[in-house]
Amino acid sequence: MLNRIRSQKGLQLLIGLLLGIAFGFLLQRSGATYYEVIIGQLLLTDHTVLRLMLSAVVVGMVGVHLMRSLGWVQLHPKPGSLGTSVVGGLIFGVAFAILGYCPGTAVAAAGQGSLDALLGGTLGMVVGAGLFAASYPRLKPILNKGDFGELTLPELFKVNAWVVVVPVAAAIVGLLWWLDGVGS
Amino acid sequence: MARWSPYAVGAGIGVLSWLAFLLSDKAIGCSTAFARTAGMVERWWRGDKVLQKEYYKRFVPAIDWEWMLVLGIVIGAFLSAQLSGQFRWEWAPALWRTTFGAAAWPRVLAAFVGGALMGIGARWAGGCTSGHGISGTLQLAVSSWLAAACFFIGGIVTAQLIYGLAG
Repeated sequence: MLNRIRSQKGLQLLIGLLLGIAFGFLLQRSGATYYEVIIGQLLLTDHTVLRLMLSAVVVGMVGVHLMRSLGWVQLHPKPGSLGTSVVGGLIFGVAFAILGYCPGTAVAAAGQGSLDALLGGTLGMVVGAGLFAASYPRLKPILNKGDFGELTLPELFKVNAWVVVVPVAAAIVGLLWWLDGVGS
Repeated sequence: MARWSPYAVGAGIGVLSWLAFLLSDKAIGCSTAFARTAGMVERWWRGDKVLQKEYYKRFVPAIDWEWMLVLGIVIGAFLSAQLSGQFRWEWAPALWRTTFGAAAWPRVLAAFVGGALMGIGARWAGGCTSGHGISGTLQLAVSSWLAAACFFIGGIVTAQLIYGLAG
């Protein structure tokens, strides 16, 4: 059944579209598509983005690992290295503050009428991705620095996934609870 | 403001991630769509030789699941904004206008520069706030926890510089 659904190309494009519509709807409804909310998060005055991301991670992590334990799904951890995650992550972070949106919230902001996100951000991201594609062969020595592949934390610690899932979920819930106590 | 609780929205996005794994054997992400779009534009402009580029062999310039997801985000956000009466054409956000003035072009230029840097950074890191920040961290991927931490370190420092100096 699942394999039939997963192997139908047209159906998959439709599922992608429908999941995107739900994702965009939710992002806009939370306010995370507003420049002020994202800059507020980076200035540490508005924790909407952190609350949203961490609750998505807790719910997603428990459900996906449960489905994996049942043999319904496989994980797809991204490969990485110090050169990609740290250097690329810091470049992304600087851009995050200049743009005031991330890739998903930029296109969502375009949908709510934010022209800076559409004509500046979205266009800029296409140009930037193209520049990266053009420079990719020359960047490879940096990208391969400190390569660790498709490693997950349970693999790193050589333990069952649930040994990491449970404390991480507890830590996130604790952090959110503390955040609400502190206010803002 | 008809805003929903970030916890409810986050939980909803968590459920969407279940559906993506279950129905499509995929993790939700956004940033490869921009690389594929760049490749499609280049191909239209310079022809099929573009397909020989090493990066476009890995990320073929064509419409795929993730590209449709990004298209869906625009539609979903539009529907939400329309239904709640929040849809509004706007050149520069209020916080930008009160700090840097009401003119449209400085904000669009800054957004373009930030966007270009983000396109580079997202592909450099191999993911964005969705692909690494949510989908990767929930899979407990080392690459994603490291990248997500660096997104916020870079973002927090830069935002303090921009608004600390300007404000």
